[in-house]
Amino acid sequence: MTTHVELRPGAYADSVTLLQVSRTVAQLDGVAAAQVAMATPLNVEVLESMGFVIPEGASVNDLVVAVRLDDPHALDAVLAGVDQALADSTRRPAGSAEVAPHRTTATALRDDREATTVLISVPGPNAVVEAMDAIEAGRDVMIFSDNVPVEHEVALKQAAATRGALVMGPDCGTAIVGGVGLGFANVVTPGPVGIVAASGTGCQQLLALLDHAGVGVTAALGVGGRDLGTEVGGLATREALRRLDADPEIELIVLVSKPPAPAVATAIQEYADRLGTPVELALLGPGQPDLTAAAERVLQRLGHPVPTWTTVDPPESFGRVNGKWLRGLFVGGTLAGEARQLATETLGQVSSDLGGLATGHAVVDFGDDAYTAGRAHPMIDPTLRLDHLARVAADPSTGVILLDVVLGHGAEPDPAELLAPAIEAATVPIVVSLVGTSGDPQGLDRQRSALAAAGAEVHLSNAGATRRALEMLGATR
Amino acid sequence: MSVVTTGVDLLADAIAAQAVDVTRVDWRPPMPGTESDLATVALDPRRSAANTLAVTAMLGVTAHLVDVAPASEVLGLQRGEFLHAGPPIEWARASGPMRGGLMAGAALEGLVDDPEDAVALFEDGKSVSLEPCHHRGTVGPMAGVVTPSMWMFVLEDRATGRRTHCSLNEGLGKVLRYGAYSPDVLKRLRWMGDVLGPALRAAVRGTVDTSGPVDVTGILTQMLQMGDEAHNRNRAGTLMLLRDLSPALALAGLDPQDVAQVLRFVGGNDHFFLNLAMPACKLALDAARDIPGSTMVVAMARNGTDFGIQVSGTGDEWFTGPAQVADGLYLGDYGPDDANPDIGDSAITETAGIGGFAMATAPAIVRLVGGSVPDALATTRRMHEITLAENPRWSVPVLEFQGTPTGIDVTRVCRTGILPQINTGMAGKVAGVGQVGAGLVTPPAEIFPQALARLAELAP
Repeated sequence: MTTHVELRPGAYADSVTLLQVSRTVAQLDGVAAAQVAMATPLNVEVLESMGFVIPEGASVNDLVVAVRLDDPHALDAVLAGVDQALADSTRRPAGSAEVAPHRTTATALRDDREATTVLISVPGPNAVVEAMDAIEAGRDVMIFSDNVPVEHEVALKQAAATRGALVMGPDCGTAIVGGVGLGFANVVTPGPVGIVAASGTGCQQLLALLDHAGVGVTAALGVGGRDLGTEVGGLATREALRRLDADPEIELIVLVSKPPAPAVATAIQEYADRLGTPVELALLGPGQPDLTAAAERVLQRLGHPVPTWTTVDPPESFGRVNGKWLRGLFVGGTLAGEARQLATETLGQVSSDLGGLATGHAVVDFGDDAYTAGRAHPMIDPTLRLDHLARVAADPSTGVILLDVVLGHGAEPDPAELLAPAIEAATVPIVVSLVGTSGDPQGLDRQRSALAAAGAEVHLSNAGATRRALEMLGATR
Repeated sequence: MSVVTTGVDLLADAIAAQAVDVTRVDWRPPMPGTESDLATVALDPRRSAANTLAVTAMLGVTAHLVDVAPASEVLGLQRGEFLHAGPPIEWARASGPMRGGLMAGAALEGLVDDPEDAVALFEDGKSVSLEPCHHRGTVGPMAGVVTPSMWMFVLEDRATGRRTHCSLNEGLGKVLRYGAYSPDVLKRLRWMGDVLGPALRAAVRGTVDTSGPVDVTGILTQMLQMGDEAHNRNRAGTLMLLRDLSPALALAGLDPQDVAQVLRFVGGNDHFFLNLAMPACKLALDAARDIPGSTMVVAMARNGTDFGIQVSGTGDEWFTGPAQVADGLYLGDYGPDDANPDIGDSAITETAGIGGFAMATAPAIVRLVGGSVPDALATTRRMHEITLAENPRWSVPVLEFQGTPTGIDVTRVCRTGILPQINTGMAGKVAGVGQVGAGLVTPPAEIFPQALARLAELAP
C-alpha cells in the first residue's frame, strides 16, 4: 500500500464536483481509496478517518488530493487521472435542452393560452379527468373517446354549463370549429349552414351532400349520441344551438339526431323556437326522412336548387346477384343505422351484429363500441372490416355487399386502394356509399374512380346506395 | 387558433395538416388502480375551488423570524418528551440515525450519562414519549430530534399569529440530526444551548425592536436568485441572515469572544438557513390544511423508516410507505450499503415548491446524481406537471423568471406517475455514524394512490 497526499493551493472546485471527481478517481486501476476535496475542517476529518495524514497548514482554499494505491507504480497514471477528472468536470456534455411535452391537459393549457378547444381521445374511462381540466380552464372540449360512462358525461356537461364551455361528445367523431376540422373532419367552405350533430357520420353525410350542392357550412358542433337522452337532457345541444345562433354568418341551423327522449324533445323545441336563427330538425330513425332527404330540405329552405346525387355506373364486369342476403359492412354508425333502417322496411329482419353476416341479412357497424374496445376505430384501422369483407365476398349466400367509405382529415389516406383488391376479387355486386367533399385530402374524384375501376357502383348518397342495393337484391326474389 | 390534443397522435396530425398550431399532450395511462378514484375526485364539485383556496392561502403567508427560545418554553416540551422527523414511529421500528439522534437527545437532557444507555430507556418506553415534529407546529431536518432544552427558531405569520418552529442547525458531518452521538456532538449541542441560542435570541429580539423581524420568506425570494434551492444549498440565505442579525448581535452586550464564535459558527455553516427555510415552508403550507375537497399535499416527511404525506382534504391522516435510499454521491469510503433510507422533515421545502422543485435555480445540485444543467431545468419543468400553481414571489431567473412549481396535486402525481423530486442529505444507517453523502430521492409511489383513494371516499 502506498499513500499519496498533496495540497494544491488555489485550485478551487465546488464540493459536489469534487465528490464526483473522487468517485471517478476511486474507480481507476490500482486505486484502493481516493478523496479529492477542499481542505475544510469537515473534509480533513473525513480524510483522517480514511487514514490519510493531512499536512499542517492546509487551509480551506487548498485542494487536497489523497489516494491510497494497491499498486505503487500506478501513481503517475492516477494523478493524471485526477487531472483528467477535474478537467472533465467542467466540460460535461450537456443533456438534451429540449423541453419535454406536457403530461396533462391542465398543464398544456397553462402554457397554450391561445387554444380555445381541446380534443381528447384517451381511453374512455380516462377521458373524464382530461376533459375536466379543459372545462376548469374555461375551454371547449371535444371528446372523441368512446366507452365513456354516461354519469361522467352528465357531470362534465353540468360543470361546463356553469362555465359557458361546450362539451362535444363523448364519442364525437366530427366537428368543425372556427374553420378547423377536428376528428374525422371533411373539408368544407364556410357558408350559411351551421350543424349541431348528435351523430358523427350523420353530420359527415350532410356536409358531403351540401358541399356537392355548393352550399357551405360555417360550423359543425358534435354533441354525442346520448346528449338528447333523458339522462343528459340536451345540455350540450342547448349550448351548441346558442353558439350557432350567435354567429351572424349562419342563416339556418340543422340539428341532426336520433329522435330525442320526448321530454327532452319538447324542451329543445322550445329552446330552438326562441332563437333568432331557424332550426331544421333532421331526426333519424323509423318513420323519419333519411339524411339525403334532410339535405334536400335544407337546400329548399335556403332556396338552393337540389342537384342530382351522382352515381358512378359499375363497369361491365359488375357481378350478378346470386345469393339472397344483403351484407352491409360499415365504418360509420349513423350510415349503418340508416342503411339498416331502409333495409328493414323492405326485407324485414336485418341483423346488426357480426354473427349475422354469416346467417342472413345484416348491416354491421364496425365502429360500434363493441368492436372498438382496445382497438382503433375502423376509419383508422381497417383490418377487421377487410377481414370480414373477404369472408362475406366468398360466401355464396351473399347477394349484394353494401359498404361505406368515409373521407376527410383523420381517415385513412387512401381507402379505395385498401378496398380495391377485395372488390376486384368479389364475384357479387358491391355498392359503395362514398361520403366526402371535393376538398378532402383523399380526393373525392380519385376515390370514386378507383372504387369504380375496382368494380363497385359508387353513390354519394348513403340512402341512394342502400336503395340501389335493395333494388338489385329484389331482382332475384 | 390553436388546439390542444390529448390522446391519439393521428388526430393531432390531422389538425396540424390544416396549418393549425397543435399542442400535444404526452398522455400515458395513470398509476395502476387509480382510474376510478381519479374520475371520482375529478368530478368532486369542491375540488377546483378548494385547491384554489389552498394555493391562495399558502401563497398569502409571509414568515417572519420573531424569536429564538428553548423548546420547553415555546412548545411546552416536558422532560422525557421527544419530537422526531416524519410520520409517527415507535422505537422498535426506528432506523439507526433516528435511534442515534434520540440517544444523543436523551444524553443532552441528562436522562442518561452515556448515550448508549439510552437504548434501554427507549426500549422500556415508560419514561419517554415520541411524537412527530409536525404534530407540534415544528419541523426537524434529518432525525429531527427536538428535546426540551434545545433552542428553537420561532416563525410567525403576522396576519394570523400562527407560528412554526425549528431547532438550530448544527452544521455538517458528525451531528445529532444524522444520528451521531459522540462526545463532540454533545459538546457542540451544549454550546448551542448555552451560547448560540441566547445570543441568537438577543440578536433576533434586538432586530425585531429596531428594524422589525427578519422576513424569512423575503430572504428565500432572494436566495433562489442567488443559486440556492434552500434544501441542499443555503449558502446565500445563511449569509443574508447573518447580515440582517449582525448589528443587533453586536449591540447585545455579549462577550465579544462569544459574538465572534457565533458569527464564525453561523457563517461557516452553509446549511444554517435550512432551519429557517423549513419552518417558513411549513408556516405557508399549514395555511392550506384542512380544506375539504383539496387534493394538495401539505406535508412530505420521512422518519428514516417510513415516508409519509399529508393532504389538505384528508386532515391529519398520514399516508405512508417505505422510505427509499437516495441516489447520490458518498463522502469518503462510504457507499450505498452504508446509507439509511430517506429521513427528515426537510422535504417540506419540496412540498412548498423549492429544494428539488427549484433545481433549475441551483444547477450545482444536479451533479449530486451525475446530471447536467439541462437536467436541472428539466426537473423543475417536470415538477410543474404535478403542481397546481406558480409562486409569484419565488422565481427562477434561468426559466425566464417563471415561478417555482407550487402545490403538489395528488391527482396529477397519480395521473402522470411523476414523483416529487427531493434533494436530500444521506445519514449512515448505523446509529452514531453521521452523514455519509447527499443525493436525490423520491417518495414511494404507492402513497399517492392511497391518498387519492381516501380523497375519493370523502368525495360527496
